[in-house]
Amino acid sequence: YDTFMTVSCHSYVDTSISLEQIENLHKRFQRLSDNEETISRKHLDSIPSLDNNPIKKQIIEAFFDKRNQHQDEVGSCEEIGFEQFLMVMSHFRPPSLKTTEEEKEAMRKEKLRFLFNMHDTGNDGTITLVEYRKVVEELLSKSGDIGQEAAKAIADAAMLEVASTNVPHMDPDDFYEGITFEHFEQILKGLEMETRMYIRFLDVETPTLRCGKSTS
Amino acid sequence: MAELRLARRSSFLPLTGLMCVLLLVFVSVASASRDVTRGDSHNQTNSTAHKKAFPVLSFNYEHVRKPFEISLWILLALLMKLGFHIIPGVQNIVPESCLLIGVGLLVGGIIKAIGEEAPVLDTKLFFLYLLPPIILDAGYFLPIRPFTENMGTILVFAVVGTLWNTFFIGGMIYGVCRIEGGQLASVDPLSCLLFGTIVSAVDPVAVLAVFEEIHINELLHILVFGESLLNDAVTVVLYHLFEEFTHAGTVTVVDAILGVVCFFVVSLGGILVGAIYGILGAFTSRFTSHTRVIEPLFVFLYSYMAYLSAEVFHLSGIMSLIACGVVMRPYVEANVSHKSYTTIKYFLKMWSSVSETLIFIFLGVSTVAGPHAWNWTFVIVTVVLCLVSRVLGVIGLTYIINKFRIVKLTKKDQFIVAYGGLRGAIAFSLGFLLTNSEMKNMFLTAIITVIFFTVIVQGMTIRPLVDLLAVKKKKESKRSINEEIHTQFLDHLLTGIEDICGHYGHHHWKDKLNRFNKAYVKKWLIAGERSTEPQLISFYNKMEMKQAMMLVESGSTAQLPTIVSSVSMQNIKPRGPARQRAIPSISKSREQEIRKILRANLQKTRQRLRSYSRHDLMIDPFEDNVSEVRFRRQRVEMERRMSHYLTVPANRQETPPVRKVCFESEHKVYTYDDSKSPRGWTAEPDPSPPDAVSLLNESSQRANQSSEHRAKHNDELRAKVPDEKEEQDQLKLSRCLSDPGPNKEEDLS
Repeated sequence: YDTFMTVSCHSYVDTSISLEQIENLHKRFQRLSDNEETISRKHLDSIPSLDNNPIKKQIIEAFFDKRNQHQDEVGSCEEIGFEQFLMVMSHFRPPSLKTTEEEKEAMRKEKLRFLFNMHDTGNDGTITLVEYRKVVEELLSKSGDIGQEAAKAIADAAMLEVASTNVPHMDPDDFYEGITFEHFEQILKGLEMETRMYIRFLDVETPTLRCGKSTS
Repeated sequence: MAELRLARRSSFLPLTGLMCVLLLVFVSVASASRDVTRGDSHNQTNSTAHKKAFPVLSFNYEHVRKPFEISLWILLALLMKLGFHIIPGVQNIVPESCLLIGVGLLVGGIIKAIGEEAPVLDTKLFFLYLLPPIILDAGYFLPIRPFTENMGTILVFAVVGTLWNTFFIGGMIYGVCRIEGGQLASVDPLSCLLFGTIVSAVDPVAVLAVFEEIHINELLHILVFGESLLNDAVTVVLYHLFEEFTHAGTVTVVDAILGVVCFFVVSLGGILVGAIYGILGAFTSRFTSHTRVIEPLFVFLYSYMAYLSAEVFHLSGIMSLIACGVVMRPYVEANVSHKSYTTIKYFLKMWSSVSETLIFIFLGVSTVAGPHAWNWTFVIVTVVLCLVSRVLGVIGLTYIINKFRIVKLTKKDQFIVAYGGLRGAIAFSLGFLLTNSEMKNMFLTAIITVIFFTVIVQGMTIRPLVDLLAVKKKKESKRSINEEIHTQFLDHLLTGIEDICGHYGHHHWKDKLNRFNKAYVKKWLIAGERSTEPQLISFYNKMEMKQAMMLVESGSTAQLPTIVSSVSMQNIKPRGPARQRAIPSISKSREQEIRKILRANLQKTRQRLRSYSRHDLMIDPFEDNVSEVRFRRQRVEMERRMSHYLTVPANRQETPPVRKVCFESEHKVYTYDDSKSPRGWTAEPDPSPPDAVSLLNESSQRANQSSEHRAKHNDELRAKVPDEKEEQDQLKLSRCLSDPGPNKEEDLS
């Protein structure tokens, strides 16, 4: 149990997730891992309510992605412990009234980085057209028999938009390699990620209104 | 140049003024002409004995009097509105609502001076005819996402805030009356509470009128506006409650409890009625594919019925109307044609605009006309109390609400919410309904003063205050496809994370609702295969359509930033193996010749428009499951007549064909089918027979481009050709050059 106290001393997570929530997450972790120390992909795969999610694979993959551990490593693990689990979860904490503007900026960058890593399956720092197409395909995967063309068209249009917003003048012979993180930030800055990408559960100050707890 | 424009504008001024004066005279003459016609008929009876000549020209005004006067009033109102927009500079200082009230005062003054009886804002007229269009417009176009995200806050402000306002104002007024004595001593507590109810409700019409012009950010807009809509239930319940009590005399605990129950019945009942009519409307729209012309009427009528039905049972008509619009909209929009959608939008905007204008003018007229009982203490105290209670209410509630909100409301936000609590015509009409005559005039005067104060003073000063406080404004950018993709992605991501956490939150239930909607509801309410179309695809289609239409309507590149960029699909697609160019390229001079000929032909073709009957609209390819054959037939027919436009034969090895819409005249919408190349079109750069020019060659320099981005290429090319003057034509042409989409995508929509 003490190891989890030391986790909470991790400077990154320290001020943002309360002890109570770390305990709750720990309980959840235990249940998912059948009381073992680590969880692997198959543990997360077996959550029944995830089956309806079109991007299930990407979400699970994000937990095992080393880039989300803020330790400058790349690649993916086979199993993760509670600390890494918590690290991934910390990406979803909301801002509070006390968060300053710089902290909000940093939070936004962090969340966008998380999304970027989810898209950039090739680990090369850019989202290529192929990767982006895959993203859109997966998004539409549970929506019936759409076919590849629609996804391709949408991804192409989206890519074109990113390119034209960020690099307005390209010669006909230039090639836009892929969406870099800066371009990604630029294109999504209107969405204000820090106010959207959060789970209420992880907010320190608000009382959690629990509508129901899954027992699976 | 600017002086000329100014001069022209100022020449409108006397013209408009003259017209208005004429109208005013007309109105008063019209109402005075009752006597004239009576005189005529009298003469008639006297002269029946003699044979009279056949009347070539006779005057019978009575016959058309009522509709004539109504039309005159509406015309006057609209001319006023027109006038305000023509006068430069006025708009930035004074919000339109103030100007309209001013005009109303003026007109009322004139009518009173003439000695005629001015029309008053009749309660029935207001609640049954003037209010519903505004509410329907607001409800139908309510931005759902911010509304549901802030629902808790909005409900707290609407319910608790209004209750607080009512009791605070009512209580304090009673206290002041007691202290003051004299004329006010006879005011009993229930009347005060009733008065408090009437004067404390934030008015949606006034809020809309003022907030439309200041463009603040979405959150604040939806907070104040949502509050003004939802507090109707509270107002209705409290009003009827206190009115009943005033007649009954005594209040018991049971009555109070019944009042609370009544509140739930009124609000939930209203929503239920609205939802039922909404579903009926959606269901009806499923079958309207053959009678497109009457589609908008269904929307309007079902909504109006929802409102009236709710009013029958004394439920909250406003909430019913909102619920109807909200429920109906996604399904109706999926079912109706694009033209019907535009019609609905414009009719709603038009009616709500007219209603709003009329309401404010009548407010001014009624102020001059109505019986007044001015009591300095009462009025001043009311105004002050309204402000104070609003501020206190907002601060207190925000303190509590912020404990439950993630995105907290800052002090600036609180100020705007408090300052934006405007009162309007609903308060006035409710006051008019009061039966107790001795207090009524005094109350009415106070209500009018409060309305004037909030609309004029607060309405005028809110804009400079917003600028002063640097409140975040509405971001003007349109929704991009990337944002849409990521919004959906985020939804699924957060739902997934919630599932992993084992925590059933906000996203989990929203996801469940969406799935239920998709699995069951959409099947029933949406016609054909649109029911399975995912949101992303319909968004994408809509966006493409919008871009195409904007292009045609504006006719210039300036408005579309994406066109200005020279990035095209070629820059993005990975380089494949070098492809054979099947089409030879042509020289620049040839290009210019071709363009000249095309331009000339384009003008000729414009005149050869096909007329269409009222009953048979163009088939809008986006939603009909029309077979390929039909498309082909249409296209062939069109090609025969407008042979100058061409479809590009594709080298479509890798890029998927995308459906593209080509607008070559305002009346027609066709799609091209690319894979079926035009018969006989080859890459002949021979411009001599005008009918056989193929524009292929223009784009051949950039062959193998994919669909929608060819337009951008042609703009590039165009930039290189220096003698371009008629950009409009060019753009139309280049748009038409985009590739037709194949019909695989028909299955989607």
